[in-house]
Amino acid sequence: MRFTRRAAVAVIGVAALLTASACGSSDDGDGGGSGSKKVEVFTWWADGGEKAGLDGLVAQFGTSCAGQEFVNGAVAGGAGANAKQVLASRLQQNDPPDTFQAHAGAELQDYILAGQVEDISADYDTWGLKTAFPPGLIQNLTVEGKIYSVPANIHRANVVWTNKKVVAAAGITSDPTDLAGFIADLDKVKAKGIAAPLAIGKDWTQLMLFESVLITDLGAEKFTGLWNGTTPWDGADVTKAINDFKTLLTYTNKDRDALDWTDAEKLVMDGKAAYQLMGDWEAADLDAKKFADYAWFTFPGNGTTFQWLADSFVLPKGAKNVEGTKCWLKTVGSAEGQKAFNTKKGSIPARTDASPADYPKYQQAAMADWKSSTQVPSCAHGSACSQGWQGAANSALGAFSTNQDVAGLQKALASAASQFVKK
Amino acid sequence: MRRLRHWGPGLLLLSPSLILLAVFVYGLIAWTTKVSLSDEHNALGSKGFVGLENYQNLFTNDIQDRFTHSLKNLLIFTLVFLVGAMFFGLLWAFLLERGIRGEGFFRTVYLFPMAVSFIASGVVWRWLMNPLKGDDAGGLNAVFGGLHLDFLQSTWWTNPDWGMASMAMPAVWQLSGYVMALFLAGFRGIPQELREAAAMDGASTYRLYRNVIFPQLTPVALSALIILGHMSMKMFDLIMSISGPQWLTEVPAVYVWQTLLTSDYAKAAAISIVLLLLVAIVIVPYLIYTNRVEKSR
Repeated sequence: MRFTRRAAVAVIGVAALLTASACGSSDDGDGGGSGSKKVEVFTWWADGGEKAGLDGLVAQFGTSCAGQEFVNGAVAGGAGANAKQVLASRLQQNDPPDTFQAHAGAELQDYILAGQVEDISADYDTWGLKTAFPPGLIQNLTVEGKIYSVPANIHRANVVWTNKKVVAAAGITSDPTDLAGFIADLDKVKAKGIAAPLAIGKDWTQLMLFESVLITDLGAEKFTGLWNGTTPWDGADVTKAINDFKTLLTYTNKDRDALDWTDAEKLVMDGKAAYQLMGDWEAADLDAKKFADYAWFTFPGNGTTFQWLADSFVLPKGAKNVEGTKCWLKTVGSAEGQKAFNTKKGSIPARTDASPADYPKYQQAAMADWKSSTQVPSCAHGSACSQGWQGAANSALGAFSTNQDVAGLQKALASAASQFVKK
Repeated sequence: MRRLRHWGPGLLLLSPSLILLAVFVYGLIAWTTKVSLSDEHNALGSKGFVGLENYQNLFTNDIQDRFTHSLKNLLIFTLVFLVGAMFFGLLWAFLLERGIRGEGFFRTVYLFPMAVSFIASGVVWRWLMNPLKGDDAGGLNAVFGGLHLDFLQSTWWTNPDWGMASMAMPAVWQLSGYVMALFLAGFRGIPQELREAAAMDGASTYRLYRNVIFPQLTPVALSALIILGHMSMKMFDLIMSISGPQWLTEVPAVYVWQTLLTSDYAKAAAISIVLLLLVAIVIVPYLIYTNRVEKSR
């Protein structure tokens, strides 16, 4: 009698636990909409200007692709870090969204090698994108003769932002055009009692500054070569760039490793620094913070080089609604789609035929440059190097920030290149 | 059949958790070990078995000795954290045990930081440990400046040599109270008779603690060390919220995360296994020890 009661309790307990676990596993996220007219768009644009831009794009999608239904597959947080993890597991389980966001350029490399995205070169011709985008961008996007993504926007990385008042107080009247001139200006600001005239933040912002110095010292062509294996990292020109970068670091705030880019931006806004190198999302951010006393110039010595980065959309292999995805990609690349997205996000369109009148002041200048400049990619933002390479470079710059070891940095960057460069 | 009746129901009751453990803990450890021996360095998947190459690369061929650097950081962090938390925990427990007034109040005050998550306290400590000095100082440095104790101002965790020691401060602050609770329980577990006997023998207070009470606290101290030690080895959230992932404060757990984000699964798995072994070095002798103690009872 006693045994049976115990056994009954045990059986019931086990049954209850199994039911509970069965309930827990029934949630397998059927996000895609099978064979229907739904297009699941996977992004990490969940709030702010990015969300507004996405909404603009969705409205345009609704009119150009009537009959298709947009499904928002955004995963918020971590500047895309969370989304990339979710995406990786979905791709591994062969459950891709209909399209997903990725930085254009080398960051797509892993997806391309894994055969997870489709070649859309033919559609580029049909949609007329090869003539709408500048040739430099098409060249950067092409992997072994094929194109896999449609950029929605363009940002520029090699821009120096200034506090007009601080610069004027130091008696500086014109923008520097080479590194020597920039250092002379930094000295002038320093003489006015500003100890750290060049504001900077943690590792990746230092990588951005270093890349700009590399463009100055190596020129656009050799700089691009660093990332595709045609320019060696152990050359004397790279050593010179590291030394120049080291000199620039002496003008920066000592607490740099504790700051994010917005903290460095605040130093400029507060007049505790005169300059900051940052991508041109800073213009939208400064406007949003109602700070009007800013100006900008291309990093001294970069000439007409436009260091770009872009968010783009792809056609994953195994997408459930290929027709709908292609219509989404067509909308993203179209003049109306690019306008709807970029006027809200604060970036510029990748197309060269957009009307500048639709955009704010900074963007108008950047659009003019975009047409005439030489395009080079950025490693800190994934258009020049894969994610693994980017991580190694950030870590190397972080170490350099504390040990200032020129030979060590060059060796680290050279071994990162030999590990990650394709072919 | 009788024996089956004896342990059958018990086993049946345990079986769901046994199965879950087997699959989700031990099965996944085995899977991670397998990945760590493969060459799955990107989203392409594995091409083959490479033996211990990933482990060897971690120790001898990592760019800028990144992995050994993270181990060094972890070592400094663990030492400062363990010594600090044990010292303050024991001190507070001792003071409370001496029977001061308002014990309940102080006990709550000391124990409370443990209830805060590392992420939340990390955000506050990030601000407290602002590395700027002089006129721009913030957080603790500003307090020191205001008290004219400028020599105490520090660069905190941004110091390349001893930054990890300051990183351990929030952890000490959070877990000293927990160690105190453990020790206080230990003190209370010592029978009154022993104290009385020592008093009868004419032992001074010092001798009482040195020869009677502290020896009885050894098992408690060991438990505290093990619990803090394995927490320290796996430290991730505190560092992520104070400095974010970066070279200066990188420990193996943060490195695993960084490597995973770049889809280098084999390397991430190898670091995880090294981390598991490190924790095992601490935990396994303790499990053997408690097993023996319990058997002898």
